[in-house]
Amino acid sequence: MIRWLLGPIGLCLAAMQALAADPVTIGVGYLGVAGTRSTLSLVEQPTDNDGVAGAKLAIEDNNTTGKFLNQRFTLEERRIREGEDVVQAATALAEHNGFIVTDLPADALLKAADALRDRGTLLFNAGAIDERLREADCRANVIHAAPTRSMLADALGQYLVWKRWPRWLLLVGSHDKDKLYADALRRAATRFGAKIVQERTFEDTGGARRTDSGVTLIQRQMPVFTQAAPAYDVLVAADESEVFAAYLPYRTWDPRPVAGSAGLVPRSWDAAQDQWGATQMQNRFMKLNSRRMTALDMQAWTAVRMIGEATSRTNSGDVKKVTDFIKGPDFSVAAFKGTKLTLRDWNLQLRQPILLVDGRMVVSVSPQEGFLHQVSELDTLGYDRPESKCKLK
Amino acid sequence: MLRVGLLSGLALAAAPAHAFIAYVSNEKSNTVSVIDTESWAVTKTIKVGQRPRGIEFTRDGKFVMVAVGDDDTIQVIDAKTQAVVDTLPSGPDPELFTQDAAGKTLYVANENDNTVTVIDLEKRARLGDIQVGVEPEGMTVSPDGKILINTSETTNMAHFIDTASRQIVANVLVDARPRFAEFKHDASELWVSSEIGGTVSIVDPQKHEVIGKVNFEIPGLRKEAIQPVGIGMTKDDKTAFVALGPANRVAVVDTATRKVTKYLLVGQRVWHMAFTPDEKYLLTTNGVSNDVSVIDVAAQKVIKTIQVGELPWGITIAP
Repeated sequence: MIRWLLGPIGLCLAAMQALAADPVTIGVGYLGVAGTRSTLSLVEQPTDNDGVAGAKLAIEDNNTTGKFLNQRFTLEERRIREGEDVVQAATALAEHNGFIVTDLPADALLKAADALRDRGTLLFNAGAIDERLREADCRANVIHAAPTRSMLADALGQYLVWKRWPRWLLLVGSHDKDKLYADALRRAATRFGAKIVQERTFEDTGGARRTDSGVTLIQRQMPVFTQAAPAYDVLVAADESEVFAAYLPYRTWDPRPVAGSAGLVPRSWDAAQDQWGATQMQNRFMKLNSRRMTALDMQAWTAVRMIGEATSRTNSGDVKKVTDFIKGPDFSVAAFKGTKLTLRDWNLQLRQPILLVDGRMVVSVSPQEGFLHQVSELDTLGYDRPESKCKLK
Repeated sequence: MLRVGLLSGLALAAAPAHAFIAYVSNEKSNTVSVIDTESWAVTKTIKVGQRPRGIEFTRDGKFVMVAVGDDDTIQVIDAKTQAVVDTLPSGPDPELFTQDAAGKTLYVANENDNTVTVIDLEKRARLGDIQVGVEPEGMTVSPDGKILINTSETTNMAHFIDTASRQIVANVLVDARPRFAEFKHDASELWVSSEIGGTVSIVDPQKHEVIGKVNFEIPGLRKEAIQPVGIGMTKDDKTAFVALGPANRVAVVDTATRKVTKYLLVGQRVWHMAFTPDEKYLLTTNGVSNDVSVIDVAAQKVIKTIQVGELPWGITIAP
């Protein structure tokens, strides 16, 4: 720590005698939930630093810039366990940090945001994709770096329509978030002129996600589940709960591609993304964290970079000043997606291209060609201003 | 004296159009295309290392240096034999580089570790590193050789580095993802292109302040597609050409008013450019359409397109 501090200061002294004062410290908190979710695929099992690893890299990037501006960024991480009070944890973090990046479920995020409203702490939602956080439950002190379900669904929908696969067989999990994703996919189908030929629900009957002889059973189960469907072009699965979708590719009754929660998946980021200078970023991430970068890592990186971008443009660490700049018309941030990312001023959602990935490669990037918009083509993804129910307060 | 001057002037005017040799780095094919500017044809394709991008002639015109980023080195091509003859000890992932007026010192931007590497070209030895911002890219040296400029893409700054002490003396914040920097020949202004910001910032090199910006607007084209990268400045400093990336156009900018006077339609995703030494032509690399556009500088017209390798990136023309 001490050595790390000495480096930048030494350089500042040598390079710019004018900046003899102590650096301005900008505290960033990271508030997440302890433990990791279970995935069907072992290779997709998140590590316990999923998300915060991206924030750490952005802190490093901000500090490299900060040494030229006499700004120093710190990161304080906190994880809440089951039953622990999110308000208490958020308040404790806000003691030393004017900015807090969160990876919390929607309700917990709202509790934290409301508790910190009078303090002026600015929150960055890096994890929750729930529409309602940007709609009826939007908050003036929460910036959304994570995309929404509708942005992800629209990104996929545009591509499937561009590919001329307009007939979808929609398979939906039995949990609430699966149903929300299915809603978003239905909306995408309507918007872009696709047709859902049939819907089926996959009931989660519980049980382990991994067993020693699971494959035999699945191989019989999945063809039966997809049997006797009306003619369709692509199977679209809504399974955020990770119960069945990953079992679908190569096991469907009809030979059809799979998309949605498995097969071709819409994501804000992928370890395979190498366009627009992303390779440098992937290399930096790998060097720092000894693993590849996930979408959650990227969302947290972007949140912390938004803070760094605003502190360098305003040359200030003042939370109010920085917040006003981020919410203002001149704010934008570069995030290796070929275009600048800006905020939707009506609900503080970050506009962003969405990648369509297959686990090994980036297949495409939405918005697709030909989906036009009068303000920004990025606004063809997700709920647009005229539809918004958000009243920022 | 007077007579000599007149004579040489006459000789120049009477001489037929000079043929020059242009070298183009093809990022995806791992090759360098050699173009003859008389026939406007590719005369040779040279196999080089992986991911060739930055490319420049040595000042004496004898060699071409090409940064092959994925091989972590700069390869040297002999202009006579048109074959790779040597490598230079650059740092990791070299992308763009520049040299001093004497052609003795080479400065290389190493994207992966936030440094600029200084190389002695005669000894072909690494002299040291300078710590700069995140993802260093654009590189240029001031006409008097005293200041090295480096732009860092994620830090969004132009760093002013004293070439004698190799220390940063100033940092100027510009718009997002600064890619390329070019001085006016009279050193009065530094122009810095910002790919994501969509602008060119004009910096006062004495005061270290942004004193103006060039904005671009093309009817019928979304703003996000305008991504300025390469800049070419005529010797009289009156006209600047700016490559606008996926906007598929080169903007012609009047440097006095800092306004665009014309947009020239070139190939797809235009990146970098180089003038012929007589400044009659300007050649641009068009990454997505895999070709090079030839612009008649005086007429401000695209007169030719030459197919090269895949994803042409950088270009240099023999002095």
